[in-house]
Amino acid sequence: MTAHNAPGAARRGGAIVKNADAIVENADAQPCIELRDATVERGGHVIWSNGTFTIPRGTVTAIVGANGAGKTTLIDVELGLLELSRGSVRVLGAPAGANNRRIGYVPQNYMDDLDSNVTVGQSVLLGMTGTRFGLRRVTREQRADAAEAIEFVGLAGKERMRLSELSGGLRQRAAIAQALVGHPELLLLDEPLANLDLASQNAMVELFARLNREWGMTIQIVSHDLNMLLPILTGAVYLLDGHPHYSGMSDVLDSDLLTHLYGTRIEIVTTPQGDMFVTPNPAVEPEGHGTGTLAADEAASFFRRHYRDGNGTDRADGAAREERQA
Amino acid sequence: MMNFTFNNDWWGLLTGSFMSNALVAGLLIAIAAGAMGYFTITRHSSFAAHALADIGLPGATGAVLLGLPVSWGMGLFSLIGALIIGALGKRASQREIATGTVLAFATGLGMFFARMSSAATKQMQSILFGSILTISHEQLIGFAAFDAVLLLVLAVIYRPLLFSSLNEQVARAKGVPVGLMGMLYMALMAGVITVAAPAVGTLLVFALVVTPSATAIMLTRSPMSAMLLSGVLCLASIWGGLVLAAMFPFPPSFVIVTISTVLWLVARIATGRTQR
Repeated sequence: MTAHNAPGAARRGGAIVKNADAIVENADAQPCIELRDATVERGGHVIWSNGTFTIPRGTVTAIVGANGAGKTTLIDVELGLLELSRGSVRVLGAPAGANNRRIGYVPQNYMDDLDSNVTVGQSVLLGMTGTRFGLRRVTREQRADAAEAIEFVGLAGKERMRLSELSGGLRQRAAIAQALVGHPELLLLDEPLANLDLASQNAMVELFARLNREWGMTIQIVSHDLNMLLPILTGAVYLLDGHPHYSGMSDVLDSDLLTHLYGTRIEIVTTPQGDMFVTPNPAVEPEGHGTGTLAADEAASFFRRHYRDGNGTDRADGAAREERQA
Repeated sequence: MMNFTFNNDWWGLLTGSFMSNALVAGLLIAIAAGAMGYFTITRHSSFAAHALADIGLPGATGAVLLGLPVSWGMGLFSLIGALIIGALGKRASQREIATGTVLAFATGLGMFFARMSSAATKQMQSILFGSILTISHEQLIGFAAFDAVLLLVLAVIYRPLLFSSLNEQVARAKGVPVGLMGMLYMALMAGVITVAAPAVGTLLVFALVVTPSATAIMLTRSPMSAMLLSGVLCLASIWGGLVLAAMFPFPPSFVIVTISTVLWLVARIATGRTQR
């Protein structure tokens, strides 16, 4: 398949998508995210390819992978900010980008670089009113929504504080509160635990758990550290060997897979209390896996041997389909 | 040798007809600068805004060369510069090295145009450092028209512009046309610079457009109150500068910039800010 053919393939994908719209009526039965044979490029360079998976609603999913594997790119694709070069992606039952009003999004290092005087309350409110042109009064319902989100993340009483006066942990809560106004069905978080101390990380994970449990929200969290999230995860998208795969937690929690994912020996430890940890273990480091990540072909063959994604298609099937289309 | 004597007839000077033009100009400049300075700071575009003034310089001296009003050339060059920086995106307006290089070149070009005619050479000083006392009635009408357009556009795009200035990534995801907002911001900024430059000149315009907003941000807790206060601070600097320049033999630009800077310094010390 050449890049020249790619737009045609995308159009074919679009036509299939429209038919599916007419058939599917029960919204609750729809999956939250559906990737089909998705390939994405930035500046002519393939970031990842052949992504085919389905993530159900009501799940908490980690997006894991080594640096530069394309985790944030996956978020951009799901938001429709980055076009696929082939394949299709549907989010909340429609092509990516169409339902962004029903998605809450917290980018990485969000609100860390603010040179403004906006307060928690104004920032959260802006999450709702910021898209509207013209002079409009903020309605009572909007204020109530904002107050509810602020209350939920535990910032009640701090509405009048400037974001610049808050600690990193509290600022992250304010960012999440902004994403929560208007009750999104899907929450996308890019490295929400980075740069937070342990106590703040714990509080943040507890917050995600409550959102999933009490609001029934589907959550996706880009993270380079699985440990903190383990207790609440239902599955993970792992970007391995240049392809995104999704699987439930039982498959992900496999030390062989994690070892290949991170290119360093990883062990899974279960404490007597039932808590689980993944930990790098230098004592059982396989040869040649000390520092860098795995070579792509090595990882691919490993993956083909051991794992298949949610739809039962794997990398080899994708490649075969690619050949047929070409 | 300068003579620092108090002028006993300063009130007479201040109520003179040329002074009334300067006072009205101060008000119109304060409205424009107060409204846009806040966005300049939240967008981290202070340096780009300053660069627009210097990019306007060759336009200004070029206009004199062609016998056209200074503001026309300045406005045209600033607008073209603004649209180019705007088209390159918000990140481009933070690219300090590219901006600084273009700024230096533009200043050089402005001087080159100025040297090509004696009329432009004479005007050079007032373009660089301002001459608020020579602002004409026609200029005032132009300023007022720009202020009206500015406030009208801001009334329409206020929230999306604010959202994209504060949280660009999320605003884009939510469907705010952040590219268009960036272009509009830069175009409006070119206008503000063109309006403010006659008062203090292209080199000192930063102190009128950005400094009062920085001071206001330290002292307020909402975008709207920051804009109002920065307008008031800008006005206080200009009017205060005119009064002191009438009392003492100081050039108005110097006093205006000094007041603006002192206010900023006092706010910084009083609020205990250590950064920016």
